[in-house]
Amino acid sequence: MAIRLTKPWQELTADAIRALPGQLGVYQLADGEGRVLYIGYAGGRSLFGLRSAIAEARARLGASARRFRYEVNQQYMSRYEELLMLHVADHGALPSETRDAPRKLGRLSPVAAGKDDGSRAQ
Amino acid sequence: MDLELSDEQKMIVATVRRFVREEILPLEAKLDPDASELPEEDFQRLSAKVKTMGFWGIDIPEEYGGPGIDLTTRTLMAVEMAQHRAGLYAPCYGVFGGAGLAQLYEASEDQKQRYLYPTLRGEKHGFFGLTEPSGGSDPARAIETRAVKEGDDWVLNGAKIFISGADKADYGLVFARTDKSKGRDGVTCFIVERGMPGFHVRRVVHTLRSTYYATELQFEDLRVPQRNVLGEVNRGFAIANDRLTRQRIPYAAGCIGIAVKAQEMAIDYAKLRQTFGAPLATRQAIQWMIVDNEIDIRTSLWLVLAAAHKAERAEPYRTEAAMAKLVASEAGGRVVDRAMQIHGGYGMTKDLPLERWYREMRIRRIGEGPSEVQRHIMARDLLGGSFH
Repeated sequence: MAIRLTKPWQELTADAIRALPGQLGVYQLADGEGRVLYIGYAGGRSLFGLRSAIAEARARLGASARRFRYEVNQQYMSRYEELLMLHVADHGALPSETRDAPRKLGRLSPVAAGKDDGSRAQ
Repeated sequence: MDLELSDEQKMIVATVRRFVREEILPLEAKLDPDASELPEEDFQRLSAKVKTMGFWGIDIPEEYGGPGIDLTTRTLMAVEMAQHRAGLYAPCYGVFGGAGLAQLYEASEDQKQRYLYPTLRGEKHGFFGLTEPSGGSDPARAIETRAVKEGDDWVLNGAKIFISGADKADYGLVFARTDKSKGRDGVTCFIVERGMPGFHVRRVVHTLRSTYYATELQFEDLRVPQRNVLGEVNRGFAIANDRLTRQRIPYAAGCIGIAVKAQEMAIDYAKLRQTFGAPLATRQAIQWMIVDNEIDIRTSLWLVLAAAHKAERAEPYRTEAAMAKLVASEAGGRVVDRAMQIHGGYGMTKDLPLERWYREMRIRRIGEGPSEVQRHIMARDLLGGSFH
């Protein structure tokens, strides 16, 4: 099973956000070149799940965030930490706009990104 | 065994209960329902407060700087410390400190210097690596991770799964097979460091429990020096077994703490909620659920205190610990389930902690040995000898 987020990127527009589900899950925001700027989650306190969580993150990051992708996931907290650890493993640091990471983030040494088979189901 | 708590025990229980209700619950109300850690400033503030109270590191033996609280009292404290949303797997979010891996108290002085003392100072963290993809309930036979002696080192190859905390740990106790021809007498315990080449935390294993998750490990030609063998070669199974037995008491106590809190919520709600012109508490169906909850809680509590009492006196307590773990984990699940039923739709929401307890409590019937293995342990003790 693939562990990296492999959902397709979408343009980060108001219409795209309005179409999002109100479910719990995780997401990434990226710049125009596809560099991940922020990793977040829609948790049990988000009013409208992914829809409101991504809208809030978009407002916070401003124009630098151009694209997004998400994964509906009830285990959003462990998946969120996993995505943060994967980013650190692949890029050596947290995404530039991620300033609210857990106090004690673990470390993964996953198989290389190219060997990820992308089979995780939504 | 005296069934009445001493004045000191009553005072300690009341102090911990007040701490949970006045310090933990208000902070928790602001966190995500699946959170497992406090903001750094709150963690530091509350840890300092616990130190002032004299309760820091309650499970650390007195000769290593612990407060010297007896096991029965610590068990009562563990019941109290679990009584909040994250309490089952992160009691009081760790502000009472930890004791480290108990097996390290039997380590060599060199090993204590490198691993135990830094752990007791909060500078290092360890994990316990026993379960493998081939199984966890019968580690003596299921362990396939191999350790082969090469010069002064051991070379480990294999995998572990459902290992909590390995991604955040500095070192861990890893059990590997050092003699294929022997079952439980062919397993050795190694102290493995996170930074050793060939040590990999491959992925998070996502389960019902979204917090304090498990991981999958892989060892690829991982070289471990001889001085990192814990205990004797081929005698690792006894180390694993000792840990499994002693861990069952706090494990059971946590289940009871959650059950106590769920019961308190159920009673409050049953008195408040009106249906057909009368409070739920007046309905026999609800009353019986409340009574069954109380029977489950008290039965579990006495069993775990009996296990703690025997362990405290250094008497054999394997059957008592297995019984306490079995009954408390199953009873806790039933209590939370009934509390959810009484709460109706609200019981299913993340507004209340019940749904988190329901998910996490289900794991308790598997973790630290499933119910069936607890029965197997008790049957073996009652009937004598090992069956297989």
